[in-house]
Amino acid sequence: MNSLQVLPFWVEVLTAVLLVLSSLFGLIGALGLLRMKDFFQRMHPPALASTLGAWCVALASIVYFSALKNGPVLHAWLIPTLLAITVPVTTLLLARTGLFRKRMAGDDVPPEVSDGRQQGH
Amino acid sequence: MKRLFPAPLLSLSLWGLWLLLNLSLSPGHLLLGALLGFFAPYIFAPLRPSPARIRKPGVALRLFLLVGRDVVASNLVVAWGVLRAGRRPPRSAFVKVPLDLHDAHGLAALAMICTVVPGTVWSELALDRSVLLMHVFDLDDEAAFIEHFKSTYERPLMEIFQ
Amino acid sequence: MSALLTNAILFTLSAFTLAMVLTLIRLFKGPSAQDRVLALDYLYILAMLMMLVLGIRYASDTYFEAALLIALFGFVGSFALAKFLLRGEVIE
Repeated sequence: MNSLQVLPFWVEVLTAVLLVLSSLFGLIGALGLLRMKDFFQRMHPPALASTLGAWCVALASIVYFSALKNGPVLHAWLIPTLLAITVPVTTLLLARTGLFRKRMAGDDVPPEVSDGRQQGH
Repeated sequence: MKRLFPAPLLSLSLWGLWLLLNLSLSPGHLLLGALLGFFAPYIFAPLRPSPARIRKPGVALRLFLLVGRDVVASNLVVAWGVLRAGRRPPRSAFVKVPLDLHDAHGLAALAMICTVVPGTVWSELALDRSVLLMHVFDLDDEAAFIEHFKSTYERPLMEIFQ
Repeated sequence: MSALLTNAILFTLSAFTLAMVLTLIRLFKGPSAQDRVLALDYLYILAMLMMLVLGIRYASDTYFEAALLIALFGFVGSFALAKFLLRGEVIE
């Protein structure tokens, strides 16, 4: 691998644009995490970085390495796939944690939705 | 064929994963990946509660692309909502959605979609799987939101899994 | 690598670093334990994205594996912390 190798200009432009886009999404996600007032509101902005932010970085990586090695190099797409599987699990558990702890503290959150219903299936 | 490959989709994706991770299409890796894909379903069979059956691959593909488009759109909406939060705070709210989908795999897919799309977080599911509590970042019209959620995500999932 | 791409990568890395600083503020401010777990999870995601960007910067595959490892460890760590906060036990 030779880092002095000259890549086509459009490859560099595309990679640069995708990287800058992803960094903006990461930054807005952090800004939202800091600025939002309530815990449940704060759960939404981090999703920016784990979806579109990660997609843009992975696409940039695919474009750049495919041009560098003159063939498709697709393994970076595993990162968004992995995130799509793992992030919902963490987020779901954190949302339930937030509800549980806020109910314990007596904050203003909806009551349990399964009150009075039998467990089915 | 069915007895030889109890979970053909799992086998195929493991094979693809192996080849992607090794970045190679050499015969050795093709064989190793195929072996992994062949034996993994047998090894993991005791862990799987029930086999999933995907009825309509066409509907599944359309749903996949639709979710991709919705993720991009709602990313922009949430980003914009965060940036102007100082002037106009987002109207966040909990929404109760009545569910018609009861299949465990379908609900897992729905939870994944709902959480991956920014702006909505799946919060709680009733024990009898009839009501879902979710948190929405910026809610405009509750009835319209529930209608949109049910028609775009739940109905295709019911076609696929039930 | 042209000056354009070098500068873009520099900008991206600085933006991610700034995002990490903002997330750290949230991590220290709290106020509740679940806010801190959320911030920690976001730090993991940002670190993983930075690894991918560094991989492009140095044209090296090794960073990809580091990113995969960070993603997996971050998932397990956040999951265990959230599970602990839910009931006070990691394994019931």
